[in-house]
Amino acid sequence: MNATVAEHQDREISRYLCIGCPMGCRLEVEEADGDIVEVRGFSCRRGEAYAKQEHIAPQRMVTTTVRVENGLWARLPVKTTDAIPKELMWDLCEKLHELTLKAPVKMGEVVLQDALGTGVDVVSSRDMPYRES
Amino acid sequence: MLTANVDRLRSDYDVVVVGGGPAGMGAALAAKEAGAEKVLMVDREKEAGGILLQCIHPGFGLHHFKEELTGPEYAQRYLEQVLETDIDLATDSYVLDIDKNNRVKLMSGRHGVREIETKAAVLAMGARERTRGAIRTPGKRVSGVLTAGLAQKFVNLMGVLPGNRAVILGSGDIGLIMARRLTLEGVEVVGVYEIMPHANGLNRNIVQCLHDFEIPLHLSTTVVDIHGQDRLEAVTVAPVDGFTPDLSRSQTIPCDTLLLSIGLIPDNELARQLNLRFDPVTRGPLVSSTMETSKNGVFACGNTVHIHDLVDFVSQESELAGHNAGLYVTGQQPPPDNVRLVPGENVGYCVPQTISTDRDHTIYMRVRKPMENCVLRLGDVYEKKIRYVFPAEMVNVKVRPKFLQNFHGDNLRLDVVPQEG
Ligand code: SF4
Repeated sequence: MNATVAEHQDREISRYLCIGCPMGCRLEVEEADGDIVEVRGFSCRRGEAYAKQEHIAPQRMVTTTVRVENGLWARLPVKTTDAIPKELMWDLCEKLHELTLKAPVKMGEVVLQDALGTGVDVVSSRDMPYRES
Repeated sequence: MLTANVDRLRSDYDVVVVGGGPAGMGAALAAKEAGAEKVLMVDREKEAGGILLQCIHPGFGLHHFKEELTGPEYAQRYLEQVLETDIDLATDSYVLDIDKNNRVKLMSGRHGVREIETKAAVLAMGARERTRGAIRTPGKRVSGVLTAGLAQKFVNLMGVLPGNRAVILGSGDIGLIMARRLTLEGVEVVGVYEIMPHANGLNRNIVQCLHDFEIPLHLSTTVVDIHGQDRLEAVTVAPVDGFTPDLSRSQTIPCDTLLLSIGLIPDNELARQLNLRFDPVTRGPLVSSTMETSKNGVFACGNTVHIHDLVDFVSQESELAGHNAGLYVTGQQPPPDNVRLVPGENVGYCVPQTISTDRDHTIYMRVRKPMENCVLRLGDVYEKKIRYVFPAEMVNVKVRPKFLQNFHGDNLRLDVVPQEG
C-alpha cells in the first residue's frame, strides 16, 4: 500500500502497512524536498524503521522454482541468498524460468550467480535426488 | 537426500510415528533420544518432509533454528538429523489401522500389507484443507475449483499451472502466498475475496503477496455462484452483511480457476478409527500434558491435534510428544495429570487439555476475538500481561510448578480479559 498523495507542492505522504506484527499499524511517511520529515502511525520502533526502509529502498527475498530434469519432482525450489531491490523481482523470475537444471542438485548449490548484477546469488533450497524418468 | 530408501521394516517397534512431516520428524527424533530403540516413521508421500516441501517461501525456523528458512530447507535440516539415526523410514506407505493391542496395519508400495507390533504410536498426520463442501459454495460442479494447497503442490513440485485467470476465495496465508506464486508464474490473479471484515493471513503476506503485485483484497465479500459447463468459466461475487450476501450488488467475474483458502482441519481419520476422545473446538484428539491421547501409548502432535500457524511450534510440541512416547516405552513416564484446563473468557481452546502441578508446561491457546492490553489468567495462580491477542495468532504461555504447587483443585480456568485501570 504505497499510495502517494501530493498534499502541498513539495510535501508528499506515502502510506504503508506495517508487517512487524499482527497489529498491522498503518504507517505514513511524509517527505519534503526529497527528505523524510516525519514518520507517523507506528506503535513501536520496529514500525518506524520498517516505514523508512520501505520508503527508501524496498527489498524482497525472492523464492520461485526452476525446471529440473530427471529429478524426484519436476521443479526445484530456489531462493535468493539475500533480499534484492523489489523492482527486480520480475526480471529475476523471468531469467530463472529460462533455466533447466539436471538432477541431482544439492541444497545450497548456486543456480544463478550474481543475479542481475545485484551481487546476490540464487541457490537451491533442497537436495533434488536423481530419478530415472 | 530427502528420500532415504530404507529397506528395513521390522515386525515390531518401540514407537511407530504416523506422518513424516515436521511433526513426525520431530517426534521420531525425540522418541529415539528418550530411549526408544526401534522407531519407525511412516509417510504416504514418496519422500518425508510433508507440506513444508511445497512451501517454498521463507518465514520458517526463526524460533527453532534461529534463522529464516524456506519450507524445503526446514524439512531437509530435520530429515538430515533423522537420517543420522537408525530410525526406519517407510515412504509411499499408509497406516490403515492401529488395533486395541497396538498392532499397526500398514500398506506400503515397497512391502505390501504388513502387520507390525508397537509399544507406542505417535499420530502426526497433519491437516487437511477445508473444501468447497465445508462452506457449501453453491453453483456448478466444474473443474478448475481446487484448494490453495493442492494448487501449491501442482505449481511448486509438479510444475503444472492450474489455469490462466484465477480468483481466490479466502484470505488465509496459503491463499495469499498462492496469489503471489501464480502471478510470478504468469497466471492473472483477479482478486482475493474474504467473507469476514478482516483478512485472515499475516500482514506480511498481505503486503508482500498482494500489495506488491497490486492484487486487490475484497473484504466482506464472497463467492455466491460458480458458472461453467465442464470447466469453470466465471464466478459471481457479492458483498455480505454479516453472512447474508447482498445479491443486488453482485458481480460476475470471468475466470478458469477458483482457489479455496478457507482454512485447515486436523487430519483425524485414524484418530477417529481409534475411538479417541476429541475436542469439539480443535477437532483433534484430546491430549494430556505428555501429548498422550485418551488411549494409553498413543500420542499425538502437530496439526493433527490443533492447527498451528508456525511450524516452529509444531516442532516444539512434537518433540514433547516423541520424548514422552520414548519415556513410555522405557517405563519412565511422569506421574499422570491432576488438573483439567477449562477455556474461559475469550479462550477458544487450549492444548494440552490437562496438566500436572509438579512440572513445567507450555500451554497453547487461541482467543476468540482480538483484544489489546489484556491479561491472561490461569485461575488465580498465575497471570501474564499481553499487549495484544488475535485469533489468527496462537498464544503460548509457559507455567512453572511454583505457581501450581499450592493449587489443590481439579479445574483451572483460563481467561483472557482486559487489564483493569
Ligand atoms: S508498528 Fe510496531 S506494533 Fe505496529 S504493526 Fe509494526 S511492529 Fe507491530
